[in-house]
Amino acid sequence: MRKVALWGNELYTGKRSYPFIEKRKLWFIVAAVLLAASVLVPVAKGGFNLGIEFRGGSEFTISDVQNTDIAIGESAVNDVVEAEGLRVTTITSDTVRVQTDRMTDDETLAVADALAEGYGVTGEQVTSTFIGPTWGQDVSRQALIGLVVFIVLVAVLMAFYFRTWKMSLAAIVGLATVVVVTAGIYAATGFEVTPSAIIGFLTILSYALYDTVVVFDKIRENTENYLEQHRRTFGELINLAINQTLVRSINTSVVAILPIGSILFIGALLLGAGTLRDLALALFVGVIVGTLATLFVQAPLFAQFRLKDPDVVEHDADIVERRQSVPAS
Amino acid sequence: MILAPRVDGGESISQEQLQQAVEIIRQRVDGSGVAEAEISTQSGSNVVVSMPGTPDSKTRELIQASANMEFRPVIMAGSFGATPEDQRLSDDELPEPTAEPENASDTNWITADLYREFEAYDCEAALEERSIESSDPDAPAIACDPSTMVKYILGPVEVDGDHISDATHGPARNSQGFQTGGWAVQLSFDSVGSEEFSEVTSRLVTMQGAQNQFAIVLDGQIVSAPTANVPIADGNAEITGNFTELSAQQLAEQLKYGALPISFDIQSEQQISATLGANQLQMGLIAGIIGLALVAVYSLFQYRTLGFLTLASLVVAGILTYLALVLLGWSANYRLSLAGIAGIIVAIGLTADSFIVYFERIRDELRDGRNLTTAVETGWMRARRTIIASKAVNLLASIVLYIMAVGNVRGFAFTLGLTAIADLIVVFLFTHPLLQLLARTRFFASGHRLSGLDPSLLGVEPLYKGAGKVRQFSPTAPAARGKKNSVSSGEAGRRLTIAERRRAEELKEAETDNDKSGVATKEDDNA
Repeated sequence: MRKVALWGNELYTGKRSYPFIEKRKLWFIVAAVLLAASVLVPVAKGGFNLGIEFRGGSEFTISDVQNTDIAIGESAVNDVVEAEGLRVTTITSDTVRVQTDRMTDDETLAVADALAEGYGVTGEQVTSTFIGPTWGQDVSRQALIGLVVFIVLVAVLMAFYFRTWKMSLAAIVGLATVVVVTAGIYAATGFEVTPSAIIGFLTILSYALYDTVVVFDKIRENTENYLEQHRRTFGELINLAINQTLVRSINTSVVAILPIGSILFIGALLLGAGTLRDLALALFVGVIVGTLATLFVQAPLFAQFRLKDPDVVEHDADIVERRQSVPAS
Repeated sequence: MILAPRVDGGESISQEQLQQAVEIIRQRVDGSGVAEAEISTQSGSNVVVSMPGTPDSKTRELIQASANMEFRPVIMAGSFGATPEDQRLSDDELPEPTAEPENASDTNWITADLYREFEAYDCEAALEERSIESSDPDAPAIACDPSTMVKYILGPVEVDGDHISDATHGPARNSQGFQTGGWAVQLSFDSVGSEEFSEVTSRLVTMQGAQNQFAIVLDGQIVSAPTANVPIADGNAEITGNFTELSAQQLAEQLKYGALPISFDIQSEQQISATLGANQLQMGLIAGIIGLALVAVYSLFQYRTLGFLTLASLVVAGILTYLALVLLGWSANYRLSLAGIAGIIVAIGLTADSFIVYFERIRDELRDGRNLTTAVETGWMRARRTIIASKAVNLLASIVLYIMAVGNVRGFAFTLGLTAIADLIVVFLFTHPLLQLLARTRFFASGHRLSGLDPSLLGVEPLYKGAGKVRQFSPTAPAARGKKNSVSSGEAGRRLTIAERRRAEELKEAETDNDKSGVATKEDDNA
């Protein structure tokens, strides 16, 4: 802790400083490359790995299975119906998932019985889900509406709170980066996109902005008396603010990630696919991307917006001039 | 099971109509004997049905089918229960059709078989079973009227329910237009319905006895069997009788629903086996406990004793959330779903975040050289603003999610929003006041090594009184900028020496007299 505290002190005083603002061109290029990749990868790979909720179909989950042989499931289904698009997967050591194209009610019941028999479990251990092809679309449409409404409201809220639309704009642009890059990671890794993952995405927005608000609040505080002081340029003040909140940024994201990680761990290892895993995975990826975006995209972006303003240009020039006129001690 | 309404002709469905549909489905499901079914609407367009156990195909049909309303003329009436064996007609007495039936009211519809069936038909048992299998519209049918306890043989369908254009209820009036004190249901048909209904009524008024009646059948059960008094040509009928306001309203609603040809498509259906459900819930709780433990370990590592305050605040926030959930479960029938649990677990981290923001602010203030009690106050002033703003973003997100969301997203958004509020309450009413108290204890005020607020660890360089600005940063500039900071370097040098001297003094004082507050109050505090 001593080391962490000392590091925190040095960051706070400005003794140690990471060049978030100075090197902003570099971060922007990295972000732009990531953005481009996030857009191109899904195109190259032919889209996302969509969950059954978006494709439509029937899904069976058989739990407490002793022998998770995939062949058992395949033959059990094929004995009952001519199932199109049959996919049998073992998701954990004792859970098997069977997905098929849409089945009728009678078929569903028959297949569930056959699977229970095949895997030697009781009918109660077979969960069957039927999803109409429009279900996933409905969820995503609602999510999209939610996204737009949220962004508009939060942009207004932040513009009022920070009393500058530039912070609001920087935050929203950064937010878009977070969403696109997270989606890109999903496409690249082939993680399944399910409605739960979409909920996760929406929650990321909330978290990423939360993080940004905390850092921007410090930036605002540091730059409040900017015009009355002659020690630091605007960019330096912002950079100091980011560095001063760095310990907090790390602590909050670690603390946020720990419970999410434990859901992810439990969900993926013990439960296999499902609400918990999909949600936690999206959040896990999103919190990391969101924290990084605040430091490397949103705050530098705000600096970029402000540094062009005449009052900042003039005052910064004045500060630099003073520095040169007084010899360094 | 999530149902999407399917409206013939692509019309959109109003909220009121959907509510009515939910009402009908609820009646059907309850009638079918399924216990604890929950039926609700979702985002104004879907109907969610959740029930324990596996619904058999009959229940599923029951839920999906559109309401089937039809107008059939009465051919014969009988007692509600089955006719006792000894009172039944002998085989040779059975009515035998003598000719092809001329119209829907013709007794020639009654065959010997139908009559036997009618005799044996027990309304009590039939209503218990509550089948909605609609009978052949072109054949006679047997139906019961539970309100008047009569069973009928009805002729083929003459007017279909979807020809009803509207139904209202209001006080009944006599021919002079005076209110009679009773209630009536006004019914209007579309053009096809008017024509058909006009035919029926003009035939029925000439009939005698039960044949003078027609029956309005909803899902195979008679909702009303009025007699026809006058032929109705304009399609605007009025049903009077022993209505109370409530029963008139009920009938009007039922009629209106009959006018609404909606059926439901099963949009998504999930059968969660009891074991899997319980398993997931259990795993969710385990994940929560692990998450909480990790957060606790991390905050103890980072903030030492102060970490216990984080933990205590989290526990209080947890209790608040739990109470709110119990209260909602009891008053609004709120059920915690798996996604809801996920929301709570995620919230552990988000809640702890506001404590971190607060603690880091206090550390910052300590670094500026304030003593602990002042640092807690000023740190709080600044952190409070940040916490409120950031929680507002969280809350806004969960509200938008909640309003927009479908399905289990709602549970997630709900708990996320709930915990954001609990977080605010706890930070304001528990964490901060408690820290104010703790700041006065010797352990914290003296900056004990394990307090997490040890000034020496935080590199405290107290401000000399009168140094001017309170929120000055230590000007020990990074090497890269060392030359540029010349303006303040003079001041910095002065400050550093003073700070060092002060620190030495303070350390000495701390040894002899642990109460630092006396010294600290001298410090500049005009932030």
